Amino acid sequence: MADLLIELFSEEIPARMQAKAAGDLKRLMGEALKAAGLSFDGADAFATPRRLALHMTGIPESTPDVREERRGPRADAPEKAIEGFLRGAGVAREDLVERADKKGTFLYAIIEREGRAASDVIAEALADTVKNFPWPKSQRWGTKSKDSTSLRWVRPLHSILCLFDGAVVDLEVDGIKSGNTTRGHRFMAPDEFSVSDFADYKQKLLDHKVILDPARRQTLVHDTAQTLASAAGLELVADEGLIAEVAGLVEWPVPMIGSFDASFLEVPEEVLILTMKKDQKYLVTRDPATGKLANKFIFTANIEPSDDGSAVTGGNERVIDARLSDAKFFWEQDLKGKLEDNLPALEEIVFHIDLGTVAERVERMKKLSRYLADFIPGCDADAAERAAELAKADLVSGMVYEFPEVQGVMGRYYAQAQGESDAVANAIRDHYAPLGPSDDCPSEPVSIAVALAEKLDTLVGFFGINQKPTGSKDPYALRRAALGVIRLITENRLNIELEVLLKAALSSYIFIEFRRYSRGEKTILGKDVIQMHFVFEKTRAFLDDVGIFESELRYQDEISRSKAIEAGFVQPDAEPDDQAILYTDEAKAAKANAWVLFADPKHCIVDLLNFFGDRLKVQQRDKGVRHDLIDAVFAKGDDDLVRILNRVAALSAFLESDDGANLLAGYKRAANILKIEEKKDGVSYDKPVEVGKLAATEAEALSGALASAKEAAENALISEDFEGAMAALSGLRAPIDIFFDKVIVNADEADVRANRLALLSEIRSAVNTVADFSVIEG
Amino acid sequence: MILTLQNYWADQGCAILQPYDLEMGAGTFHPATTLKALGPEPWKAAYVQPCRRPTDGRYGENPNRLQHYYQFQVILKPSPENMQELYLGSLKAIGIDAALHDIRFVEDDWESPTLGAWGLGWEVWCDGMEVSQYTYFQQVGGFDCKPVSGELTYGLERLAMFVQGIDNVYELDFNGAGISYGDVYLENEKQQSAYNFEIADTDKLFEDFRKAQDECAKLLEAKLPLPAYEQCIKSSHTFNLLDARGVISVTERQAYIGRVRDLAKGCCVAWMEKNGWEA
Repeated sequence: MADLLIELFSEEIPARMQAKAAGDLKRLMGEALKAAGLSFDGADAFATPRRLALHMTGIPESTPDVREERRGPRADAPEKAIEGFLRGAGVAREDLVERADKKGTFLYAIIEREGRAASDVIAEALADTVKNFPWPKSQRWGTKSKDSTSLRWVRPLHSILCLFDGAVVDLEVDGIKSGNTTRGHRFMAPDEFSVSDFADYKQKLLDHKVILDPARRQTLVHDTAQTLASAAGLELVADEGLIAEVAGLVEWPVPMIGSFDASFLEVPEEVLILTMKKDQKYLVTRDPATGKLANKFIFTANIEPSDDGSAVTGGNERVIDARLSDAKFFWEQDLKGKLEDNLPALEEIVFHIDLGTVAERVERMKKLSRYLADFIPGCDADAAERAAELAKADLVSGMVYEFPEVQGVMGRYYAQAQGESDAVANAIRDHYAPLGPSDDCPSEPVSIAVALAEKLDTLVGFFGINQKPTGSKDPYALRRAALGVIRLITENRLNIELEVLLKAALSSYIFIEFRRYSRGEKTILGKDVIQMHFVFEKTRAFLDDVGIFESELRYQDEISRSKAIEAGFVQPDAEPDDQAILYTDEAKAAKANAWVLFADPKHCIVDLLNFFGDRLKVQQRDKGVRHDLIDAVFAKGDDDLVRILNRVAALSAFLESDDGANLLAGYKRAANILKIEEKKDGVSYDKPVEVGKLAATEAEALSGALASAKEAAENALISEDFEGAMAALSGLRAPIDIFFDKVIVNADEADVRANRLALLSEIRSAVNTVADFSVIEG
Repeated sequence: MILTLQNYWADQGCAILQPYDLEMGAGTFHPATTLKALGPEPWKAAYVQPCRRPTDGRYGENPNRLQHYYQFQVILKPSPENMQELYLGSLKAIGIDAALHDIRFVEDDWESPTLGAWGLGWEVWCDGMEVSQYTYFQQVGGFDCKPVSGELTYGLERLAMFVQGIDNVYELDFNGAGISYGDVYLENEKQQSAYNFEIADTDKLFEDFRKAQDECAKLLEAKLPLPAYEQCIKSSHTFNLLDARGVISVTERQAYIGRVRDLAKGCCVAWMEKNGWEA
């Protein structure tokens, strides 16, 4: 048993790739050794900016000897068949033995392979791993790159160290020969040195100013930064992701503290933090008394400078001052104008080529936000519309142009500066949220309205142009948008039917679209106002149900209809809601092309409802809710998310009770018998029971219980009392148990049998009023 | 500083070239980089190239941003084994002591959509300031680089600011005898920014773009890749001016970049053919 040490020494590996690369090296070498029959006890991989290292322990000197017998053709088989077998098995004729069994005499090849030396296996495995390493991006370099099949690595690879049991394992990859040497820190200890084993390697690296283990570098950065901050009377904002990145940029971390001009603190801190973190990889600090950002930052150098560090610190301070003065310049520039002055510029920004400009998106969001305000307790409709109007205005500010990550955040500052209410300003900031499952979800009424409008507009638009997510592809983040809608509705306990919301979003598209036509604007979306007639024809009925923007839409509908009549596409005496009568080919073509954007609006809504169903299931499953219970409730066709989740909760609690579990068992029994008998007889027993012909008191008792339980459950459901509905059902447990205990369903008399089966069918329907029990597992 | 860099790279066997006499956005556009990066023949060159980036104009009000500035460009083909050491040697030559300053290679891959080119590399930080761009070219004009060239681009103003310890580019000491960078270029930044953002005649620019495109196509047909490539450089700069004037929408932008790329590609194809190189 011996140890293996590998180091792949290269030019600087991007910080973000190091951890995965170390993991890949460990995995690939482990797999390759195992595949060759070489076991090992343990493996640890490490990465620094310039090296990947792997240490494996407990590897045997060689792979075990292998003896294999392989059966071939019959001894009297044609010569060709025997030759083929010899080739396949890789043995000579004289190595074959004959063996007889019941079926005849067969030839057997005895293949014996001696174990291979571990170092040979390692050499092969490592060469293979290096050649096929899964870097996210890789490159060729140097004189070898004349050939486009030359070795690819993340950056030029300079040396390979490979020691097994203290001896160099010889291998060569594209001209790089393995050895037992490496180098230390680029600036502080650049000379080559040799190592004998892992312990020696680690120690000598340390002597040469390299800390091999990224975890140790991270701890060092974290602890030193903390000490520096406390010494300055400040609190470190310990950003672990950033610390990991910093540790990937240095082999010898030397955290130091610097400061920037306090006047920059006038600029919103989100921008300051972003600049320091993203551009400079600085850790920031806060004043523990006020919680406000302090003008001191911690950066991590890769050297112990030959002076006291003042040159490095001074340099970093100059850089951050220059960067922050850029930010301050934008902040001051932006504040010279008003946020609302930016609105005309949104007309120039394309949201999506098939969905119009951002200005049009804003128009739709305004309408939708106002509409949504009615469903959100305490939401002021004017404020919602105003917030939607300004929500995207910061996209054309200098600051957001320069730092796209602070979209929304800047909008809030600029809105406050022009005197908007807090509700409006906060909604501008929050309307992108929530961005994920654990992100904060807006809870202020106006914010909820605009955040919902933003996401619904996206979802309806992209489903409308058939850009749905497929597999792992979701370029417009529609899954995230749907999850956002789900969270906004359920976490704020809003009683809204999804279908209504989706139709409202759709109608705002129609409205804006029509306005383009009526303004005579050439558009990419369709041809003329007549086509709108066909859009209305497809959507009129179901938009009417929702009653959204009724008068405006009706007016548009009339205009487009009269134009269609004028053009001779529609008979003047056709009722508005009738299917229009078309009598020219041109008219048919116009109908076929009618607003390709929503070629089939009904289908778009149905697709979206299914999409939401799937997202809700995924979300609830991630929270540990049984998906069969969600299916059972979904099958009832509800689209009020809060109601669905209440129902799921009640159902889940009920099924955990004794009554619930037994009722489910009784239901399954009834449903199974019915299924078998209905199939056998080829009829449905879903018909009224004639109580007089049940011919058993237990059956009559059950029939009575069913009727009253069903009624009670239905009444409870009307008032959304799901616990009450479940309680009503739980009363059925006893009569069902007694019925199955005492009564034989398949009675000899046909009449009695039919009636008893109809009774089972009533059990099914009574229980199914609450949820579809047939999809519940158990 | 320019002299020092030139001497240093001349000692490494580079041909010292002069700036190309056309407006361009980066030293990479110089045919000594773009075209010479193609094909199998070794090549080493270094030169200063003035760069124009109309959208970076700030009317002389920003201490770090200029619409006209200088790059020092080095191209080494094939990329030598010790290229990082050579580069660090050049920093030492201009007075940056690696024992005193924190020098870092931070991931920054390079891509030029207009040249159909990309490479992997770093931005080089000195005490947190980006002082150079370091790239291993992988493709130019859509062709694999065989062999790969190593490209170094020094931002001369930034380096000078670093060496002189100055925060504002306009305060740089230009000659050690009382002339500052501002004395030379401040007024130019003001006037050129006004031209780029406000005055440039967009109809004329659209026309120029079209003409350069036509001319380039004609020259390619005549199998004259070098003059054709000049037209490609012109069209690229005209596009940048149009962009600064804000008359190119997001969707058109891609189309314009695509057109310039097609020209660049055509020039590279013609250059390869002219030299009898295979892709």
